[in-house]
Amino acid sequence: MKKRRERIDRGIKVRAGDVFALCSWREVLYLAGPKLLPIIGCLILPLLLNAYWQKVFLSVAVFALLAISWDLLAQTGMISLGQALFYGMGAYVSGILNHYWGLHPFITIPVAAILGGIICTLLLLPVLRLRGIYFSMVTLIIPLMLVRLIEATRIFGGTEGLSGMTPLPSKWLELYLIVLVLLCALFGFRRMLSSDFGLVLKGINDNDRSVMNAGINIYLFKTQALFIASAIGAFTGAFMTHVYMFVGMPVFALDYSILPIAAAIVGGPGSLAGATLGAFILVPLSEILRGIGGLRIVFYGLFLVVFIVALPEGIFHYIQRKYHRFERWVEVD
Amino acid sequence: MSSEFLLCVSGLYKNFGGVQAVHDLSFDLAPGELLGIIGPNGSGKTTAINLITGFVKPSRGEITYRNKDITGQPPYKIVRQGIARTFQMVKPFYQLPAYKNMIIPLYSPRVKGMVGGKYGDRDAVALDLLEEVGFERDAYVAYKAASVLPQGYLKRLELAKAIALQPDLLILDELFSGLSLAEVAGTVPIIEKLRIEGKTIIMVEHRLKELFRIADRVIVLNYGQKIADGKAEDVMESEAVKNAYLGTE
Ligand SMILES: Nc1ncnc2c1ncn2[C@@H]1O[C@H](COP(=O)(O)OP(=O)(O)O)[C@@H](O)[C@H]1O
Ligand SMILES: [Mg+2]
Repeated sequence: MKKRRERIDRGIKVRAGDVFALCSWREVLYLAGPKLLPIIGCLILPLLLNAYWQKVFLSVAVFALLAISWDLLAQTGMISLGQALFYGMGAYVSGILNHYWGLHPFITIPVAAILGGIICTLLLLPVLRLRGIYFSMVTLIIPLMLVRLIEATRIFGGTEGLSGMTPLPSKWLELYLIVLVLLCALFGFRRMLSSDFGLVLKGINDNDRSVMNAGINIYLFKTQALFIASAIGAFTGAFMTHVYMFVGMPVFALDYSILPIAAAIVGGPGSLAGATLGAFILVPLSEILRGIGGLRIVFYGLFLVVFIVALPEGIFHYIQRKYHRFERWVEVD
Repeated sequence: MSSEFLLCVSGLYKNFGGVQAVHDLSFDLAPGELLGIIGPNGSGKTTAINLITGFVKPSRGEITYRNKDITGQPPYKIVRQGIARTFQMVKPFYQLPAYKNMIIPLYSPRVKGMVGGKYGDRDAVALDLLEEVGFERDAYVAYKAASVLPQGYLKRLELAKAIALQPDLLILDELFSGLSLAEVAGTVPIIEKLRIEGKTIIMVEHRLKELFRIADRVIVLNYGQKIADGKAEDVMESEAVKNAYLGTE
């Protein structure tokens, strides 16, 4: 039995970007499938999980959003090592609003997302002009400084934190609120990045002098990207404050900075879908490995290294390439 | 004080550490003029352009454009007033196809303002502009990623990006270097057409023969200093210029 490669032309039609006729249900599915799969998956998954894994699912969605936020910044040429800043800021803002003023989570969460986004943007505004590693270093340091600040001044509950937050009305609301936000962020910001506005952001990453030379104020665009990214991060923090019914110093922990980066890199840097996929793999893996105790971090690290070495382009780009492949094996006699 | 000149450069200095890249440079540019700037390598031509377009801040001196002081303004503000430039070292967005490179200048506030907010389809405008500078439409060159385009196309992409900004003053830094003879021959008419449209142009060039055919006036730099200024024929007769060129070649 011999085999040969046969060309499939559907990919070419789709990739040409021109108007083309959808000839069959198969082609409709081919086009819509990649979008329907995550939507349906995210809507059904919470129904199938037990209470413990539902909690893990919340955490997956939170890290997916933090990874999306990281990737948005990275695509604009800003490498953040401090996603914990965004997360923690949102957590504290909503915690304070709820604890001191008794505001309802439906108010504190959106307000914390916007206000947290504004505060983080203002904090990082002075270093927006720094390129590369200098910007990264500052993002790494600020959350660590904030922890010490809270510890030393004992504000907002100090080392104890603030507890007794109002929870969200129901478990299902928690699950579907975060699913809704995740899907909106994933598809909405994907669309934004492929618009002309997004092209300018990517241009800044590619060659900022050339963008300046086009009469565009790159700092204005970087500020906008920074606000969007920090607002996403602040939302996740605010949300988890009401899930845990607690906010304290751990919200600035390094986990919230490192894991989103790992997710984006394993999933496929430069694509929001990759960042999401990465979180859906790494967070459950970390839960599974919890069972093996002390060597958990070793296995986890090993897994990361293997993945990055085997698929340096990222899982998402690999799958995408295979999916759009122009040829398939057919049998000939 | 108002003058009929579009651009006035007076007493411009720039030091990089110990190097005097530009030393007491002054010149005026009338609207519609095509000025050539020549000089040996390292004589400060690119630095002079970086000073005018705001990419480098002068140590001393003043630049006025339309009777307005623009010294030390950031590049994006200068571009918005109508000064566009190309880079000697091309700076494309390598990850993007050539025509998507054009979207970024077309997105700039200057162009948006000029077309009154409604641009229609930027992609179509981008493809038209690229065809004008010689991206053959039939061969789909404009759809190729900038990273795979040869130098000649990248140079002309730079030109198209600058033209897209609809500038009044266009500054071209060694546009012809890296172009084949045929490509240069194809590019000269584009520049002549821009002149007919009333654009003022500064060309930094090493290809003297082609430059002299189209330039109204030529400035010669040597070690950052202006050593001659005038009609091409007269300038090349000057002793100082002969020495400068003989001394380095
Ligand atoms: N950014 C810089 N930093 C240090 N020295 C520079 C810089 N840019 C240019 N120079 C120096 O200034 C001088 C003039 O360079 P340049 O303007 O590029 O000359 P040209 O374009 O005429 O070849 C050179 O000696 C060069 O080394
Ligand atoms: Mg030069």
